[in-house]
Amino acid sequence: MDTLSSYFAMGGYAGYVWPAYALAAVVIAGLLLVSMRELKARERELKILQELSPGRRGRSRDGSEAQG
Amino acid sequence: MHRFANPARFLRLAAVIQPWTALATVLLIGAGLYLGLIASPADYQQGETVRIMYIHVPSAWLAMACYSTMAISSAVGLIWKHPLADLTARAAAPVGAAFTFVCLVTGSLWGRPMWGTWWAWDARLTSMLILLFLYLGYMALVNAFDDPNRGSKAGAVLALAGSVNLPIIKFSVDWWNTLHQPASVSKLGMPSIDPAMLVPLLLMGLGFTTYFVTVLLIRVRTEIVASKIRAIRMTQIHAAHAAPTSEPVAG
Repeated sequence: MDTLSSYFAMGGYAGYVWPAYALAAVVIAGLLLVSMRELKARERELKILQELSPGRRGRSRDGSEAQG
Repeated sequence: MHRFANPARFLRLAAVIQPWTALATVLLIGAGLYLGLIASPADYQQGETVRIMYIHVPSAWLAMACYSTMAISSAVGLIWKHPLADLTARAAAPVGAAFTFVCLVTGSLWGRPMWGTWWAWDARLTSMLILLFLYLGYMALVNAFDDPNRGSKAGAVLALAGSVNLPIIKFSVDWWNTLHQPASVSKLGMPSIDPAMLVPLLLMGLGFTTYFVTVLLIRVRTEIVASKIRAIRMTQIHAAHAAPTSEPVAG
């Protein structure tokens, strides 16, 4: 118990070391989560658009070439 | 519409790579945190604050690596008009901004107890702050145009012009007499740092790198999906304007 609290005290620098790690964790994990959420949202949007768009394009991928 | 040919191949490749970079990130950062926070000694001068190094220094490396990625992609996008290059440059910017921010704040938290100040207008610190502003300026600029191609082009010019800042950051500790200490890991083969500290530092550096690759892949995929959405929206608008008759297939 004593060694644990002395470990967390970081030789008196706990107020610097732990905030540094906490901030890095929040930013790094946060950016990953935001990026994943954005991808999911966009993919959902694309799926809805593809289902809604009339049969002329539908789900066909090569439909775009007909435009050429 | 030839632009969809390459992204399809990219998406297949990304699906193969991404699980591995994600797994590598967890393992490398896990091992780096264990060694850095628990199994490594305190510094004889800096005490326990030296543990901030294991996130501060890798963040700085990645802040510059992300910018290099962005600048090189921008050049490829400008010269060869490769659509994936523009998307890569856009995707790298927020990751680089995040690492630059982490680097600056952890540096501040390290500087306060060791230098006695949160901030100094020293060459290394100032050039790093400029890097953050370059990232933020780039992100604002590429999204300021209705036409994403024009946005990418303007952003590419900014990214390339801003790349002069990279050597300034790198060599600032040699060119100017700064408060910031010079590099400890640059001397190949003979880094002036104990293996007990070097190993966690390199593990964190590698882990941050694989994290960068993972997030970059996710963000490029997002950009590809977004451009598909834009293309569908465009054809819908064109169809609504050009073909009000019951014959919607454009010839």
